[in-house]
Amino acid sequence: MILQDAVQRLQLKVLTNSSDFNHVHIYQGYVSDMLSCVVAGAPNGCVWVTLLAHSNIIAVATLLEIPAIIITEGAQPDETTVARANEKEIALLSTPLPSFEVVGQLWQMGIRANERLSDLL
Amino acid sequence: MSFDNANITDADAAKITRVEELAYELTVDEVMSKNLVTLTPELTMRDALEIFRKNRISGAPVVVDGELVGILSIEDMIRSLRDGRIDLKVADYMTRNVITARNTDQLIEALKQFVKTKVGRLPVLDENGKVVGILTKGDISIGLLKALQRDYEAEELIRYRASHLFEDIVSDHTTLILRYYVKKNDFTHGGAASNNTKKALRRLGASPQIARQCGIAAYEAEMNLIIHTNNGGVLRVEIEQDKITLEAYDDGPGIPNIELAMQPGYSTASEEVRRMGFGAGMGLSNIKQCVDEMRLTSSPERGTNLYMTLYLKTPKHSPQDKD
Repeated sequence: MILQDAVQRLQLKVLTNSSDFNHVHIYQGYVSDMLSCVVAGAPNGCVWVTLLAHSNIIAVATLLEIPAIIITEGAQPDETTVARANEKEIALLSTPLPSFEVVGQLWQMGIRANERLSDLL
Repeated sequence: MSFDNANITDADAAKITRVEELAYELTVDEVMSKNLVTLTPELTMRDALEIFRKNRISGAPVVVDGELVGILSIEDMIRSLRDGRIDLKVADYMTRNVITARNTDQLIEALKQFVKTKVGRLPVLDENGKVVGILTKGDISIGLLKALQRDYEAEELIRYRASHLFEDIVSDHTTLILRYYVKKNDFTHGGAASNNTKKALRRLGASPQIARQCGIAAYEAEMNLIIHTNNGGVLRVEIEQDKITLEAYDDGPGIPNIELAMQPGYSTASEEVRRMGFGAGMGLSNIKQCVDEMRLTSSPERGTNLYMTLYLKTPKHSPQDKD
């Protein structure tokens, strides 16, 4: 999946600086609001769906090389969180939709829980 | 961002990519073609066509005694063919007002010329006005790619040197120790120590998998110091040739029941901390999965010590690795 397609289809609001996601390819996704679960289970390079908006999500995303976080149910990260995401080049995307709806749509766009790029090539 | 705008705001500066930086660092003579094919004005268009064909080029500067007098492009060639006047001179079809670049110009200046004038090539002149090369957009692309390749090799070299640290420094037992002082309740910097640990290990040549495992173990230990201590604590990472030892220690309050703390899902985190996404009770079991050995000791008097060890398997050498 090209991230730009998800931004358009789900009408995600881009909170960070980057605006062109045509070159960001994502194949896997993870959803959880418990940081330890994300740390243990989220694959590198995935899109992470969560309603957490605290700045700790950036540290976790950096650790796991997660390029994009979709923050659901309209949760609002503060300025520090957005600034840190910009610094780490992580896209913060916001939506009023619940996580369940977002994950359903991502699945329809071909995102899976544990698919590796090498499996697709 | 646009190359046309010479005034760069702070917001723009944050967005400048390495390629754009290179456009300011490189000069025209570093990327131009120096194997110069030139024409003279008295050649016929037929001769010029043959020169274009042989050299597989689509344009060339017209020069008299090293001085630029014009430029002939494939479009001029097409005009002469259309007119059926291919035996006329180059001087009759060449463009006389030539847009040029200086050899000492920054590449960005040449890029601006390409954008502004839509020309396909710029003859490059030296300080005496002599033609010393020619620059196309293709030359710029190749020049930028080569410069990026040099950047990449430089980073590889740093990584190579770092990974040979243990071989280059002779002692009976070499270790590298990283210490991170982690403050109580410092959620703002939470994850910095573990991310830096991971980065350092990658620099030292650890595999992505090993770096990730250590990063996760360090992250959980770091967050425990932030959440569960009286005064924060220290994350200490000791790197040896065959193993990595992580140690997190604090001065209290200690864990009343270690067995309970080790159970997945058990947490003493406050409601406030849980709202930030912590307190899943998975921290210690995550660590256990990431390292080969884990030891936890705790007492109310001495605080908590968490030791984690990860053994590095000796890499198998493939035949071409042998020096």
